[in-house]
Amino acid sequence: MPKVKNLLTGAHFMNGDVASAEGALVAGCRFFAGYPITPATEIAEHLSERMPELGGIYIQMEDEIASIAAVIGASYSGLKAMTATSGPGFSLMQENIGLAAMTEAPCVIVDVMRAGPSTGQPTMPGQQDVMQAKWGSHGDYGIIAVTPSSVQEMFDLTVEAFNLSETYRVPALLMADEIVGHMWEKVVIPPIEKMSVVNRKKPNVPPDQYKPFMPDDNLVPPMACFGEGYHFHATGLTHNESGYPRTSSSEAQTKLVNRLCEKIQKNADRIIKVQEIMLDDADIAVVAYGIVARAALSAIRKARENGIKAGLLRLITLWPFPENYVAKAAQHVRGIVVPEMNCGQMVREVERAAKETRVTFLSKLGEEPHTPQEILEAIRRVA
Amino acid sequence: MVQEMAHPFSKYLRAEMMPHIWCTGCGNGVVLNCFTHALDELQLDLDRLVIVSGIGCIGRTAGYVKADSFHTTHGRALAFATGVKLANPELEVVVISGDGDLFAIGGNHFIHAARRNIGIKVLCANNLNYGMTGGQQGPTTPLEAVTTTSPYGNIEHPFNLVHLAAASGATYVARWTTLHVRRLTQSLKRMLQKKGFCFIEVLSPCPEIYGRYNKMSSGLEMMGWFKKASVVDSFSDPSKADITPEKIAVGEFVDIEKLSFERMLHEKISQINEKAMDKVS
Repeated sequence: MPKVKNLLTGAHFMNGDVASAEGALVAGCRFFAGYPITPATEIAEHLSERMPELGGIYIQMEDEIASIAAVIGASYSGLKAMTATSGPGFSLMQENIGLAAMTEAPCVIVDVMRAGPSTGQPTMPGQQDVMQAKWGSHGDYGIIAVTPSSVQEMFDLTVEAFNLSETYRVPALLMADEIVGHMWEKVVIPPIEKMSVVNRKKPNVPPDQYKPFMPDDNLVPPMACFGEGYHFHATGLTHNESGYPRTSSSEAQTKLVNRLCEKIQKNADRIIKVQEIMLDDADIAVVAYGIVARAALSAIRKARENGIKAGLLRLITLWPFPENYVAKAAQHVRGIVVPEMNCGQMVREVERAAKETRVTFLSKLGEEPHTPQEILEAIRRVA
Repeated sequence: MVQEMAHPFSKYLRAEMMPHIWCTGCGNGVVLNCFTHALDELQLDLDRLVIVSGIGCIGRTAGYVKADSFHTTHGRALAFATGVKLANPELEVVVISGDGDLFAIGGNHFIHAARRNIGIKVLCANNLNYGMTGGQQGPTTPLEAVTTTSPYGNIEHPFNLVHLAAASGATYVARWTTLHVRRLTQSLKRMLQKKGFCFIEVLSPCPEIYGRYNKMSSGLEMMGWFKKASVVDSFSDPSKADITPEKIAVGEFVDIEKLSFERMLHEKISQINEKAMDKVS
């Protein structure tokens, strides 16, 4: 068995992509399959060097479809597995993200978002894949997506994504952006014994009694892996709790698909993380995430200096959507400003949760995210 | 009193998945039968066996064999299996899928898995069309064959699968038909004992759909064609093994040794891991 002593600890200066890769290693990831793509390539490059040092596997597949397929296979063989990509690759992965959701394969997908659509602007940042993160594959399924605002969070939230994917047997997405991915900052890595690392729940029944898709109390089935003697079947077809196809039973379809959604929805309070800054007494709330949240933080501070009580609700979890936090803020603010590097995606969720409260969207596309000044002006207009 | 007898191969099959979905006269049952016989003759450890399939009629085999099994998305069986095999090289990973799944939508994964020489064993049931969706033209449909999407006769040149597999780097390549049950079983045994990427093509009759459109509307008639046209020509040039109405070259085409990808990878990982540990300690 390969030894695993040489995980990084302490303070390091690194870029976001490398921080995510190191986070994966700390989380116990020992399988990476990927395909080169700007601006996520550094994750693959770093893991091609680091994985073997820790006894883990790096493989470059023929495309992103194959990458996520191999990740699901490795996950079913018992390893924690990850891939990393950007918009065009994320689109290709949607097919098998649906397979991972349907077969409840724990895995992590990092999307270092660039500007789309299509090939778009490969070296420029974007937040244009956040709706695709939720709705990208066909059919209904639950998914978890988290979004980092700093290099430290590229590390922390990669660990978190693994923990969530193992807990809920679901693909967990790290929705980063080009700036956070390429930016260099200080990252502090605690010793492994001080980190919380979660592993999937294993079955506690003998093979002849094991039903691979029989959920536990938290709606998640314990997971046997290949080679452990359980002789189980898994399929992307609608299946019963034994894993066998049920392609014409509406009862099986209703039960399975509802559970795939509900295991995330009903555990949303345990999954969701946000950061509320100066929100308690705020008249104006800014709801932001990713790199844009950093400009938003400057903007609300400047607003306060100018006598406008502004606060920030920073979304760390994008999916399941933190609607209760938005609703709570909406009850006492006059207006909500939502800056995003897209043409209006998460703002629709904010509007849904904010109900009667006025929501102002601030779009920015291209090279630079919003400046604090631009967000401040939007706050002023609302105030 | 009549005593209920267990099927001699019930050890290998999931009774709860029966009856199978295959049509009368379909060759897939023969393919499954030969496969389970090969498992039995080798006394292969079923705890180590993983069956992976894509989408299509033969793809349902993954659900019928009583081993760990996974029925992936269309075309992705080999990419999925690559992850399975690398993550646990002790597993015997067998991909059982169809010609459309492996060579149209999954064609890229096939050539790259063969190129890497990953120790995955591929059993392809070639029924010359897309059976499950009702008989459309596919990457192996012979020239001039009539299908539901080539109503005026197929004008696309079909793949010669054994040539493709050999050229892509497979260490074992064979073609049989469902008529050749003993040779196919022997070939499967040979494949399961090899280390690198292996490929067996089995021509499997689809009389209900392909046959009906091409004047062979019973399993027997399709088997008649296999009998008439098959020529055992082992270790002949796979590039000359095109399937035509007149001739189906069958046999083993490639049987070579080459270090498997997973062995090379894991040896490298061990070396680097040891070195990294020296650096740390």
